[in-house]
Amino acid sequence: MLRTRVIPALLLDGQGLVKTTKFKSPVYVGDASNSCRIYNQMEVDELVLFDIRASSKKVPIQYELIQQIVSECFMPICYGGGVKTLEDFRSLFHIGVEKVSVSSLLFENPQVVKEAIKIYGAQSIIATLDIKRSRFRNVQQVYLHNGKKRIKKSLDEVIALLNDIGVGEIVVNNIDKEGTWEGFDCDLVRYFADNTQVPVVALGGAGSKDDIKTVVQQGHASAVALGSMAVFQSKGMGVLIKFPKLKELKELLGTK
Amino acid sequence: MISVIDCQMGNIGSVVNIIKHIGHKVQVISTKEEVLAAEKLIFPGVGHWDNGVKKLSESGLKPALIEAVTERKTPLMGICLGMQLLFKTSDEGKKEGLGFVPGHVKKFNFSSVSADLLTGPGRLRIPHMGWNVVQPCKERSPILNGLKELDGETRFYFVHSYHASDVPEEYQLLTSHYGNDFVCAVNKGNVWGFQFHPEKSHKFGIQLFKNFAESI
Repeated sequence: MLRTRVIPALLLDGQGLVKTTKFKSPVYVGDASNSCRIYNQMEVDELVLFDIRASSKKVPIQYELIQQIVSECFMPICYGGGVKTLEDFRSLFHIGVEKVSVSSLLFENPQVVKEAIKIYGAQSIIATLDIKRSRFRNVQQVYLHNGKKRIKKSLDEVIALLNDIGVGEIVVNNIDKEGTWEGFDCDLVRYFADNTQVPVVALGGAGSKDDIKTVVQQGHASAVALGSMAVFQSKGMGVLIKFPKLKELKELLGTK
Repeated sequence: MISVIDCQMGNIGSVVNIIKHIGHKVQVISTKEEVLAAEKLIFPGVGHWDNGVKKLSESGLKPALIEAVTERKTPLMGICLGMQLLFKTSDEGKKEGLGFVPGHVKKFNFSSVSADLLTGPGRLRIPHMGWNVVQPCKERSPILNGLKELDGETRFYFVHSYHASDVPEEYQLLTSHYGNDFVCAVNKGNVWGFQFHPEKSHKFGIQLFKNFAESI
């Protein structure tokens, strides 16, 4: 049976990897391509790379680095950050990226995303939503550009937009949980999982193997992405590239 | 030398990467002359059926592929949509595929699966996306050499909404299970098709490409 995917979610900052907490205070983790090589040796299910500068600071997509990573990793790789044009999609798929993730583009130019889906298929186009609770309104909303720009839409409206565009997978990231080790926002993940037909990937907050199990069982996530757990020994401790073993994950999650 | 066919149907970079990784020569080709001259062909593809057929026709590669495979007996490996296009028809579109392998491509249908698989945690969604276990249909096949010895279970990375059906038993190579059992790899003579992505499937995929390069 299909296994639940458990995926390292890595943040690119230049040539390096960093880890943030609630999208702030980036901590340097290591060299990006060396780290990815280790995940490849560990035979992780998939790899997600977000370039945290490409979208918010308008730094160009680092094709050379991505190509180097992709050429040494024999699992699906999803890249997100600064993807704006059909040419960006084409170049990324050409060098061997399996999935391209978009965030800002969903709201700023949904037509380009639709075009990309037509050419490359829905399964290759992923929507990543960074969500946090707005302090004044006390509702959860989508934010762009590393949590700086709020999208004035309800989550219902966002789901309708994603359905209309036809993305093949949705990464639901809770900024308030990101890097905290407190566990996933299962309600938020389930809200997306139960109101869409496509796979939903939970991101933001994983601190233990139990959190992985909980977000699958209670949050109905199809896949689980780990940030801090993939790069730190434990909360407040030093850098260590690590990942739960297949055997452990199988015992934890089983299959339905 | 392995030739990877590029007719603008998505990701060929990762196929090229893995062949280089196992130490074999690889080139990307896009003309009918190159298809006819090729020693071994790999035909990767993602996306919509009709778009795939259109790209094949527009590029003029369709007749060249048919000649290479049926007359010159060039080994051909289709991947993902490239596997589906080995069949003649698909529920996804109206156009006619290559028709190298008897059968039909249809959408996942979960009408006969138990209701608890359609709600709640682990519910069946389309596309079928992720790592799944495969079972061989034949005792021995050179393309599957050494797979069983790699790990307790052989698994591959899948992403698809449509799958092969009505494939005669003699051409079935591997099956997988998603709601129901389905054929995820076929082989007829010098033609192989894999629904999953061996180029994204770690040691299992590496072994498959090695076999295609060395044992076929």
